[in-house]
Formats: sequence, structure tokens, C-alpha cells
Amino acid sequence: MSTIIENHDDHDHHHGPAKGISRWLFTTNHKDIGTLYLWFSCIMLFIGGAMALVIRAELFEPGLQIVQPEFFNQMTTNHGLIMVFGVIMPAFVGLANWMIPMQVGAPDMALPRLNNLSFWLLPMAFGVLISTLFMPAGGPNFGWTFYAPLSTTYAPETVTFFIFSVHVMGASSIMGSINIITTILNMRAPGMTLMKMPLFAWSWLITAYLLIAVMPVLAGCVTMMLMDIHFGTSFFNAAGGGDPVLFQHVFWFFGHPEVYIMILPAFGIVSHIIETFSRKPIFGYDSMVYAMASIALLSFVVWAHHMFTVGMPLAGELFFMYSTMLIAIPTGVKVFNWVATMFKGSISFETPMLFAIAFVALFTIGGFSGLMLAIVPADFQYHDTYFVVAHFHYVLVPGALFAIMAGVYYWIPKWTGIMYDEALGKLHFWLSFISVNLTFFPMHFVGLAGMPRRYPDYALQFADFNAMVSVGAFLFGITQLLFLFILLKAIKGGKKATAEVWEDNEQWGLEWTLDSPAPYHTFTVQPEVK
Amino acid sequence: MKSLKSLKRKAPMGLFSLFSLYSYSEPTEPSKYNMPIGVTEVSQSIFDLHMIILWVCVWIGVVVFGVMFFSLWKYRKSRGAVPAKFHDHLGLEIGWTIAATLILVVMAIPSTQVMVSAYDDAEGDINIMITGYQWKWHYKYLEDDISFFSNLTTSQEEIDNAIPKGEFYLEEVDEPLVIPVNKRVRFLITGNDVIHSWWVPDFAVKQDAVPGFINTAWTNVPKTGIYRGACTELCGIKHAFMPVVVRVVEQDEYDAWVGQKIAYALAEKELTSKEWTKEELVERGKGVYATNCVACHQGNGMGIPPVFPALVGSEVVLGNKAKNIEILMEGVQGSAMQSFANQLSETDTAAVLTYIRQSWGNAENGDGEIVVPKEILDYKNNKSL
Repeated sequence: MSTIIENHDDHDHHHGPAKGISRWLFTTNHKDIGTLYLWFSCIMLFIGGAMALVIRAELFEPGLQIVQPEFFNQMTTNHGLIMVFGVIMPAFVGLANWMIPMQVGAPDMALPRLNNLSFWLLPMAFGVLISTLFMPAGGPNFGWTFYAPLSTTYAPETVTFFIFSVHVMGASSIMGSINIITTILNMRAPGMTLMKMPLFAWSWLITAYLLIAVMPVLAGCVTMMLMDIHFGTSFFNAAGGGDPVLFQHVFWFFGHPEVYIMILPAFGIVSHIIETFSRKPIFGYDSMVYAMASIALLSFVVWAHHMFTVGMPLAGELFFMYSTMLIAIPTGVKVFNWVATMFKGSISFETPMLFAIAFVALFTIGGFSGLMLAIVPADFQYHDTYFVVAHFHYVLVPGALFAIMAGVYYWIPKWTGIMYDEALGKLHFWLSFISVNLTFFPMHFVGLAGMPRRYPDYALQFADFNAMVSVGAFLFGITQLLFLFILLKAIKGGKKATAEVWEDNEQWGLEWTLDSPAPYHTFTVQPEVK
Repeated sequence: MKSLKSLKRKAPMGLFSLFSLYSYSEPTEPSKYNMPIGVTEVSQSIFDLHMIILWVCVWIGVVVFGVMFFSLWKYRKSRGAVPAKFHDHLGLEIGWTIAATLILVVMAIPSTQVMVSAYDDAEGDINIMITGYQWKWHYKYLEDDISFFSNLTTSQEEIDNAIPKGEFYLEEVDEPLVIPVNKRVRFLITGNDVIHSWWVPDFAVKQDAVPGFINTAWTNVPKTGIYRGACTELCGIKHAFMPVVVRVVEQDEYDAWVGQKIAYALAEKELTSKEWTKEELVERGKGVYATNCVACHQGNGMGIPPVFPALVGSEVVLGNKAKNIEILMEGVQGSAMQSFANQLSETDTAAVLTYIRQSWGNAENGDGEIVVPKEILDYKNNKSL
């Protein structure tokens, strides 16, 4: 795609990281902050995962065994919030921090101090959120979508902490997005035009615009809740002339673009990995970019497909069905492009590639169920059942999460200078692949057969599949401890990685022209891209 | 089945008959892994649509994954594959974009048809107001002035695994909704507190019950029987414990049931003026408590503090009954305790108050006064003045 002229002399005023804890508290280095984001996300993955396992343990068989419905609802709510805002999003921001400056040939992010702030807001936001679980009134228990009036008039007192926490998360995301946009638009190496930019950077440029567009909507939404709860307004209270359905419109106007915020960067990562291990340039680079941009634009006009049963006029139902079906076109184009990249390549199956292939296959299955959910009349039967749970877990776990894991395996030799243990990596992949399907595939069946979501207990005909799902979930959870072990092992020491890390990889991007591990400061003199 | 023949006649649906593996013999056992075919014309056409879309997806999947796995096998490096250099092909890219668009258009046509035929809010032969409460359904027959609550009857012991679970565990209620067969029934659906959602899979009716708004749905059931459904919008702690049960009966059986309900309502009214003894009230109150209060305040009256306070030794229960009546009538703002003024009859309210004031040693520790139905009636009358 582009050739690179080596043009960076070594740093004459080299200074390394500060010592001790202050390195991490005060750092403005994009690599340090990337690392912080990734570890934060990893810790949250285990906390949110543990909550999922509480849910699955309770649902292993009918009846109430382990927890009461009150705590069960807190678990489903916090599992959702943590996985969305605490795992997937920070992991992508972490990868962006590490990789975007190196991919576009910039010395650091454009706004390093803002970068530090946007990370350190996150532990605070999640500290506040998780602390509510230990308060007498209990944590948020109204689902991660927190529909009013369950989350306003009928919410536990701790809802105010939840609102504050969401505000802080939103602020963090907006700052991170401003930083990414500024870096990409202003700090690309000379010669790197937008249409020569790596796809991961492209995916994040689009994602960051989405975040800036919708995070304020979420903030507005929770602010209206705050006013309803404490200041006597009635935005969402029908008794005072408000409208509970307004909440859902506002929430999903944020919520649907949010869904693509959690998948677009995954598209970027997977594109790089498929290119590397097929040893062939990505097929249809331009259409990949246009597809992502169309998905992002369409995401603003599909929100009410989450609300097909809320009582909308026929014209509204049909409009949101058609607009949602349209999204299948650019998404389909992306899948076709990945397959066409593999076609006539020279493919090898290292761990990142295995995860990327699984991503393409399983994300597509999630896309199919998404298409089915778009069909309004059929959605009357699917809506709020486990079919929906199966759908969004397919796009988020073997979708977004697999892409993140693929990215970590792909880039970790560049970060640490050490190759991870390939045999263990493959074991991790196969165990994850089997257990993720065991967990989420049977959910389609219980959903179609009629089991509603967010149920702590269920009728007897759903028992078999639920037991299967629970076994899969525990297997998947335990497998991720292996992932943690592999990561720690790859940080501690082992086989040294070369600069290009993967065979003939230098041609695919600037990051592979740097040493492994990448020096603390890189591209202090920008390379030139032809 | 007649309805199905008319469905198959619709031309665009016929196009897809090659996708559909299902022929409609009698829908018997509900499937454990697929959508129920259901009994209404709407539910059957939705099932058809579901199968069409499913098979379209399966075939797209077979082609795309087929090419992918072929490439993974054929062009693997260990086989000595040499990578080609191409990185785009305009014709191919335009071609598959158009193909994808065409498939979607073809999917959209039957979807729109089914949607248009299912969407109809005209009056029914019978019109029923459905109100979602935390955590039970209330049904009101607008023509006949009948109304009642429908509560879960599965016992707490079954839920807590103390005794074996019955066949219709969590799918059984004290008073199911009763509707006649082959009649257009329109539902007017709303919520009393939070949003609920009323769903009967066999009718393919799922409609949110939003407080302050009235949604409509309709059905016309051609087959008698008992149909079971659920609440599908998270509505709090007992979300999983407010099932829907609908009994579809022949017209004459329905008429008899209506007559019986009207007579029962009259008898209930008369109970208010009857002279009640303490024992009678406690006996009746025990049943009311088991249906309405036990979920939060528990069978032993100990509640689950701090969310659900104990009734044992509670100052309100031990002291002056006026405060006790007021709480039951008005609820407690900002807590899960709701107003029962419209949920319980005067007699049942008096009985349950007497029951909690007499049980668990409360009579010995407090003033032990009973509450009679007339006092509740007086409270309500005073309030409305």
C-alpha cells in the first residue's frame, strides 16, 4: 500500500519513564496510558465476568438457589454496565492509545495531559458504581438500559451514585475521543493521506466522532433522571405530564451508535490481522472505509428498532425496519472483503489469526440474528427474550472481545518485545471458541421457545438449555484465567520478538518498522510515507 | 387449515416455499428450540416469516462460510500457497452490494405484508383493559364491568426448592384471563407503576404496558385451550413471577363465566356490611396475605430488611390502626410499598390488616385491635369528600 522511508534518528534527549507509582499516576506517555487502559479493562473483565457467573450459577436450574431476585437484578445490571463501559470501550481506547500514534507515525497523542485525565476518571467512575453494591439500598437493579420509571421513581437510593458515575464515564470518553480525532487529523506522518491511513486508525476516527455525538445525549438522559428524582421535574413521569417512552427514545439515540462504538474498532483490528496472516493486502480498502462510514451514519436513524413493542405507529415501525435492514449492506460488504482477502492468500494460523477468523464467522452469526430481529413482526416474538441476549452476546463476545484478544496477541510482542507462548495461545483460543458457542448458541433456542431475559427463575421447559449455557459460561470464565497467565508470561520473559514480529510484516504499517519492544518515545522525528 | 391456505396464496410468500421445511399439521407440543407456531393467523404468518428469514440467513452463511473455509484450506501457507497481489475488483464489489440489496428487498416485502395485516387497532367484539402492576396483571372487561387481578399461584416453597415443582411452575395463576373462541378481542394495555410487557407467544401478542399511555393489541383465537405467557419488560424484583395465563373457551361457557363473575362481585360488595368476628377476619386475611404480601414481607412477617421492613414488632402494626390503614391505602412514597386501595376489596383490606395485627405475637405486644371492612369504606369515603 505504501512504502516507508526510514527517517528517524535516535533520541538525543532521551528520558525514560519516572520511577515507582508516580510513573503511572502522572504519566502523559501514550504507551503507559494505553497499558493502564488495557489493565483496567482486564480487571473489569474479571469483575464483570464474575457477575455473569453469579447469574449463570443461579440459572443453572429452575428455582432460587444462590441469590435472591433483588441481588440477581443488581448482577445483570452491573454485568452489563461494566462489560460495556468498563471492558470493551476502555480496551479499545487502550489499543488506540498504544497503536494509533505508532500507526500514523506520531510521537504521542495530541493532548497528553488530557489523556492522563481521561484514563484516571475511569477508576473513579467505576469505584463509585461498584461501591453502591455494598450500600444498604443495594446497587442499580434496573438493567443496563435503566428504563424509567423503574430507574427513577422506583429506583433504589443509590441511583444518584449511578448517575454521577455515568456522567464521569461520559466525560472520560469524550475527552478520549477528542484526543484521538486531534491526533489522527493533525499528527499523521507527512505523506500519509487519509486514504492511506491504517484501517484501525480509520475505524477509531469514525468511532470517536460517534462518541462525541452521542455521549452528551446519554449525559442529557441521566441528567433528566437526576432532575426527576431530586428536583421534582417530570420528564419521564406520566403522572406529571411526562413520557416514559421519551426515556427510551433518548437512551437508544445514544444506545444504538454505542453498539457500533463497540464494534467498529474491532473491524479495524481484524482487517490488519487478516492482511498479515493472509500475506495479501486487504481487499477493497476504500470500500472498507466507506462501509464503516455508512454504518456510522445509519446508526443514527435506527434507534427505535429496540422499541418495536413500545407502541409506535405503523409508519414508524416500517421506517425503522427498513433503515435497520440497510445496515446489513455495508456490514455484508465488510465480511465479503475479509473473505476475499483470505481468498488466494497464503494463510497461516497463529493465535491472532484464529481469533480473527472466529470473529468473522461468529460476528456474522450475530449479524444474521440482528437481521432477523430487524423484521418487525418477527421481533414481536423475539423482543426481550433470550434470542436478543444470544444476538448481542454473539456480536460482543466472539465479536468485540475476540477482536480485542486477537489485537492483544497481535501487538503484544511489539509492546513487550517478547513472543507470547504460541501453544498456550492456541489452547486459549480453542477453549474459548468451544465454550463461547456452548454458552451463547443455546440461548437462541431458549429465546425462541419463549424464555424472557432478566429472569432469575424460569419455567421447567427451559431447564436443559439453561444448564448447558451455565456449563459453557463457567468454562469460558475459567479459560480467561489462562489468558491472564499467558499475558503475564509474555511480560515476564521468553523468546524475543523481532522488529517486524510477524513474517514480512514491515510492509503493513509503520508500527512494524519500530524496534520490539517499542522504545518509550517513538517517532520523535516523523517518518515520511510515500 | 383455512387460514394457512389463504396465507400461501399471497404471491411473494409462495416464492419462499422452497425455504420452508414446515408443513402445518396440527401444532401439538410446543417446540423446545424454535418459535411456537401458535394458533392465530398472525402468529402463524409470523412463524412463516421467521422461517423464511432464517433460511435466507442459513443459505447466505453456507455460501460465505463455504468460500471462507475453502480459502482457509486451499490457500494455507503450509500447503505452499503463494499470495496473489490483487486488492480490489470493482465489478465484484458492485455485484455483491447489489446482490445484498436485492436479498434485503425480497425479505422486506413479506415482512411489510405481515406487519400491515397484524397492525390493526379497530374495536373488538370484546375489549379488555390490561394493567400491569408490580407484580401481577389486572384485567378489566370494558363491556361487562368485570375486573380482577391475576396472581401467580406457584408456592414460595416450590420456588425455594423445598417441595417438588409442579408441571406449570411459574406459569400458573389464580384467575386466568378468559376470552371466547373465534371472537375479535382487543386489548388496551397500560401500566400502573413501571413498564411491563404483556406477551402470549401462541397469539404473537407482545405489547408494552407503559404507565400513562394506552397501547392496543388484538387477537382472534380459533382454538380453545389454555395459553401461557409472561411479562417481558424488566419491572423489578418479581419480574419473573407475574405470568400471563389465558383460557380460551366456547361462547356459551364464556357467557356463563361472565354471569358468575358478576354475581361474585355483588356478593363481595355485601360482605362489607356483614358483622365480622376476629377469627373470620384472621382466617380470610391469612389468604390475602399469602397472595399479596408474602413476596416482600415474607411468610413469617420478618421482611427482608432494609428493603422490605419486618411487620413483626413494627410500631405501625402494634400502634394505632389509623396509621396502619393509611399505609395500606396510600403506599409509602419512594419505597416498594404501593397503594392497595384499588387492588384489594374493603373486606380483604380489613382482613389482612387484622391478620398482621393479630399474628406473630403482635396482638400481645400491641393494642391488638381488629379492623373491620366498614372502617376501610369510611376511609375511602372520607378521602373522596
